[in-house]
Amino acid sequence: MSFLEFANDPVIRLSRRTFIGSGLTLSGAAVALLSGNEALAATGGKAGEDDVRILNTALGAELEAIAAYQVGAESGLLQKPVLDLAVTFQGHHKEHADVLRKTVEKLGGKPVAAKAKYAFPTEKLKTQTDVLRFAASLEKGAVSAYLGAVPIFHDRDLAKAAASILGDEAMHWAVLRNALGEPPVPIAFVA
Amino acid sequence: MKAGRALAAALIVAAGAQALAAAGDARRGEEIYSRCLACHALEYDRTGPRHCGLFGRRAGSVPGFAYSDAMRRSRIIWSDATLERFIADPLKAVPGTAMGYAGVKDARERADLIAYLRAANRTACAGVR
Repeated sequence: MSFLEFANDPVIRLSRRTFIGSGLTLSGAAVALLSGNEALAATGGKAGEDDVRILNTALGAELEAIAAYQVGAESGLLQKPVLDLAVTFQGHHKEHADVLRKTVEKLGGKPVAAKAKYAFPTEKLKTQTDVLRFAASLEKGAVSAYLGAVPIFHDRDLAKAAASILGDEAMHWAVLRNALGEPPVPIAFVA
Repeated sequence: MKAGRALAAALIVAAGAQALAAAGDARRGEEIYSRCLACHALEYDRTGPRHCGLFGRRAGSVPGFAYSDAMRRSRIIWSDATLERFIADPLKAVPGTAMGYAGVKDARERADLIAYLRAANRTACAGVR
């Protein structure tokens, strides 16, 4: 099944709506978890500083992912429904970034801002496949980055929230792999 | 005398890391490097600094990149041995680093990753420092 068939299949469309809806629910839960937990703000000290640093690094990567999807969306290389999917994934990254920013502030840190300019290998992006492959590489990297962050949070609620984002990034990666005609879930464990 | 023994031990560790990196498989290392791609690229700075020009570079010295104070003050010069130590446990090697990552715990994977970075610096990084 090609990606276009995949995206246009009514059953899959229904799944996609469910997927998008569940993503919003997850993010809502994460907002409540991260923004509403007053105990986190009181943690302070070195542990709190360490956690803020990890969150800020994740925020920086999310802001870059938002910019990358913007480049993809404006490239003129993506056709519907791939374009819609890219915009949806960008929306998820915006939600991640929003939660991370609020949490950094909640913990007394200064959230990193988006860079005025990002460097992307635009000279290598000539086709829709190139854009999808680039996006898939970023999403795979994001899965690994969150996997590497989860065990080092001092606060277990933050680790749980990071794992929630990890799950979302893994879904992005799988869908993009599928779009490229590759096995969407090539391995039983991510690293 | 004590300092002499410590230096000898450090040299042995460094030599061991170098030997392991030399034995690393760059092709396997490229796959492991895909884990780094949320934050790093070879040719340009992203959330993390570029990896072209890495070997022999002083940590925290890529012009224009916003490093943590900890990394800037680390006095690390990147080599097989220092990379091996850092990649294994970034937060232990440089407390306060912005690289919030548990590390690559498998010694073989670290060797492969370092071998890839070495190979990429010989090929893909031509003209990029």
